[in-house]
Amino acid sequence: MVTKKEIKQSFFIALWFMVLTFPIMVIKVNTIKHIILFRWENFVWVGVIGFFASLIWNYFLRLKEQKKKSDNGDDIPLVHRLLQNERVRIPFLAAIAVFFLAYPFVFPMYHTSIMISALVYVMLGLGLNIVVGLAGLLDLGYVAFYAVGAYAYALLNLHFGISFWIVLPVSAVLGFICGTLLGYPVLRLRGDYLAIVTLGFGEIIRIILENWDEFSNGPRGIPNVPAPSFFGYQFGQHGSVIYIYFIVIALVLLTIFFVSRLENSKIGRAWIALRDDEIACQAMGIDKFKTKLTAFALGATWASIAGVVFAAKTSFVNPMSFTIWESITILCVVVIGGMGSAIGVIAGALVLILLPEYLRAVSEYRMLVFGALQVIVMVFKPEGLIQSVRKKYKFEKLKD
Amino acid sequence: MEPILNVKNLTMNFGGLKALDNIDLTVEKGQIAALIGPNGAGKTTFFNCITGIYQPSEGDVEITPPGKPMDRLNGLKTNQVTERGLARTFQNIRLFEGMTVLENVMIGRHCRLKSSILSAMLRPSSQKNEEKQAIADSYKVLEKIGLDQYVNEMAVNLPYGAQRRLEIARALATDPFLLLLDEPAAGMNPQETKELDELIIWLRDNEDLSILLIEHDMKLVMSLSDNIHVVDYGKKIAEGTPDEIKSNPDVIKAYLGDDSDDA
Ligand SMILES: Nc1ncnc2c1ncn2[C@@H]1O[C@H](COP(=O)(O)OP(=O)(O)O)[C@@H](O)[C@H]1O
Ligand SMILES: [Mg+2]
Repeated sequence: MVTKKEIKQSFFIALWFMVLTFPIMVIKVNTIKHIILFRWENFVWVGVIGFFASLIWNYFLRLKEQKKKSDNGDDIPLVHRLLQNERVRIPFLAAIAVFFLAYPFVFPMYHTSIMISALVYVMLGLGLNIVVGLAGLLDLGYVAFYAVGAYAYALLNLHFGISFWIVLPVSAVLGFICGTLLGYPVLRLRGDYLAIVTLGFGEIIRIILENWDEFSNGPRGIPNVPAPSFFGYQFGQHGSVIYIYFIVIALVLLTIFFVSRLENSKIGRAWIALRDDEIACQAMGIDKFKTKLTAFALGATWASIAGVVFAAKTSFVNPMSFTIWESITILCVVVIGGMGSAIGVIAGALVLILLPEYLRAVSEYRMLVFGALQVIVMVFKPEGLIQSVRKKYKFEKLKD
Repeated sequence: MEPILNVKNLTMNFGGLKALDNIDLTVEKGQIAALIGPNGAGKTTFFNCITGIYQPSEGDVEITPPGKPMDRLNGLKTNQVTERGLARTFQNIRLFEGMTVLENVMIGRHCRLKSSILSAMLRPSSQKNEEKQAIADSYKVLEKIGLDQYVNEMAVNLPYGAQRRLEIARALATDPFLLLLDEPAAGMNPQETKELDELIIWLRDNEDLSILLIEHDMKLVMSLSDNIHVVDYGKKIAEGTPDEIKSNPDVIKAYLGDDSDDA
């Protein structure tokens, strides 16, 4: 039931919105005729829409509260239920496989290209998920390792003509080393201090790339980064996109494979323990620093690999691709997808990267709608789109 | 015979506050020892000092694990202390909330496992076997403590008494020779306390463990302990068997809160 209090509250919210949007929704300055137009009808619309939107908002909030009370937060997300069900699992996975295999042949190149970006973010998200979601280390400079990979490919290719397929493993090692080196000094800090210092490190890397002309060609960047070849054969432009698409798919599968193994290993458990309670974790015999460092370094590894793919896809790298906003987008992928949940992060990356592209239809309001959606997810599903679910073990045999 | 834990002149200063003042304390093999004292006496600080969470200002902590030579714990990190066979629980429950009961115990096994990053990713058969062994060992610990019914529950969803027992299970999984329990009965109902009493005795008799516990429940302390140490304002004021402690005038004074002497 809608209470009187809610109506009153909605009324004031509507009023507040009317005042807040007055300058942009009502006043319109015509600079040619030098007159000011007052569009009062918009004023009314904002009020009416604000009022009802607030009522609906409250309704859903109440619904959420009731749901929380009735099943004490123990529901398993739909995707996990599908995957756990023996009968559904195979057809479900097959359907996804068919979709992604057919995708580049069914949709135009433009869409394939967008999907490649989204899949690169899946890799980045899964990597950052190790650092933020599992180990609980807020890293705002993650993009630095993405840049390491991208520049590694661009530079090694430019100077030594080394091919994509060789740089790929090299960049993984390089990412791991850079993660260790950067992690070493900063991981003694925690929480917000760590966030600020990593943010600083991320910016330092970008500023170096921007200013060290002899090394990185400065803000002009490095053009003509070649697309990967297929046993020496170089595809045409269209073929190249499809080829990279399948390379990314393979890399994403590899990432999922390794990350899920890590997650359910001794190391993955130690990360989660460290996130949940540092002191208890140490008292269980876990080396805090070493564990943090492995999380940081492994996260960097995947960012670096993703960087190589990014450079190959865009065929051009410059420092502008590695700003703080990139780190924040990847962080959003992890948080909105679901901290610590690999499936959630995949969903988060697809939604967060694909949605703005397809929202171009409502071009002007694209970022507004996008922002609103993020707020809605965080209010109604603070644990993310798809919550993590821990592995269950069976012990029938041991019992009797 | 050497005591398995030998603490000498342990002092801990927090700025001007002497939370521990020259404490000597020993625990013999197979003993259940208790550390008691009023709130704020420094009991938890004592645990924190010997487990490396705090670095004590002065003093020595020596251990002699059964069948091994004497070892000093001074300056070691918390995880290194645990590796050497001291395991503890916490006064305010500190479970890993994002994990199941079994995984909480498996964390305890962590320092006894060998796998590396690469083996975790590539999963050779040695790694698989180790993992299987860790799961089986952890489950065995849960059976001993009587928590096997909760094996796949999230740790946060357990009833309070079970959470306290899970802390003990987790500590036990690290293969300690000395178990340090910080107020294990706090907040438990009489039934749960009685079960805890039985559990502690069972652990000593069947697991070859020595136990040092901090506890406020005097009935529990008196029935369990072989030896009791009493601290007040960071100073050790008495040591002895339960009967000696019960009739010690200093202890009675500390507990009844005689405030005539240090106003
Ligand atoms: N980290 C700390 N910093 C400053 N003072 C502390 C710290 N830890 C404990 N203390 C102080 O040391 C004294 C003993 O505390 P504690 O060991 O927790 O007592 P108990 O466990 O016996 O109730 C208290 O006065 C407490 O305020
Ligand atoms: Mg205490």
